[in-house]
Amino acid sequence: MSKWIPLWLHKLGSPPTFYRFAGALRPWMLALALLTGAIALYGGLVTAPADYQQGDAYRIIFIHVPSAWMSLFIYGVMGFAAFLALVWRIKLAEVVAMESAPIGAAFTFITLVTGSLWGKPMWGTWWTWDARLTSELVLLFLYLGVIGLYHAFEDRRQGARAAAFLALIGIINVPIVHFSVNWWNTLHQGSTIRLLGPSTIAPGMLWPLLTMMLATKFYYLASLFGRVRTDLLDLESGKDWVRKIATGETPQ
Amino acid sequence: MNAGTLQHFFAMGGYAGYLWPAYAVFFIVLLADFVAPALRRRRLMHELRSRLARKAARQPRPAPTPTEPA
Repeated sequence: MSKWIPLWLHKLGSPPTFYRFAGALRPWMLALALLTGAIALYGGLVTAPADYQQGDAYRIIFIHVPSAWMSLFIYGVMGFAAFLALVWRIKLAEVVAMESAPIGAAFTFITLVTGSLWGKPMWGTWWTWDARLTSELVLLFLYLGVIGLYHAFEDRRQGARAAAFLALIGIINVPIVHFSVNWWNTLHQGSTIRLLGPSTIAPGMLWPLLTMMLATKFYYLASLFGRVRTDLLDLESGKDWVRKIATGETPQ
Repeated sequence: MNAGTLQHFFAMGGYAGYLWPAYAVFFIVLLADFVAPALRRRRLMHELRSRLARKAARQPRPAPTPTEPA
């Protein structure tokens, strides 16, 4: 057991193998993202009932909450990959960490903007400096810091290592965002979805939310695989396997 | 679905001005996230091919194989 698992992982970690693996999976991830996304949109905008307090405004939840979950999930993936990159200097881990950052930043931006558009009619304000909102904004700055630091170095791998270090330190913010609604008094509502125990949300609202959560996960994988493939070609541009892809000797 | 129910759907109980921009932001940002790397990939492939072509041009041509004596 312990003999073949590391070997398999080791092979997947080699750039040409991962390039092919990601290329084969990416269309499926994209198709699944579009399919589950369309189902979730139909469920959220059409079949889910209006909220008894918020009317139809609550329907922003179907993009706001999955985006917020992704903003934290992607940070977790980035932090883990950054750890692998720093400790074992795995090139693929560096690439996964660095290419996760823009996707995470995109989801964090969506979370903040959709939250603001939800807050105005419900709270009467676009923004308030409370714990949940402020820590989510800090999350966006952490993502932007990682992206900026990565591009600030002439040498890409040196930049990746510096940015991975920042990503690793910034992981402290993830539990702060998650628990902020419990630790501090806040305008933001607490969570209604629970892994343990019953969720306090109507089933007609719950399934589109969970389906959209799946869709955003699939989207993340599709986007990440595409980005990592391009980055690997760039980083390994002198190698023979890249030459073969560029000349069309092996399929793209 | 007739025009009345469609209108009712798009009105979103009076919250259309908040709800649809939120959904628009979601799709526009993710679309940009998807398109930007695709453009980068195209640029990179172009660059790789021209680099290979330059390298091939710099290398001396293989000596022509002798054909039948004149």
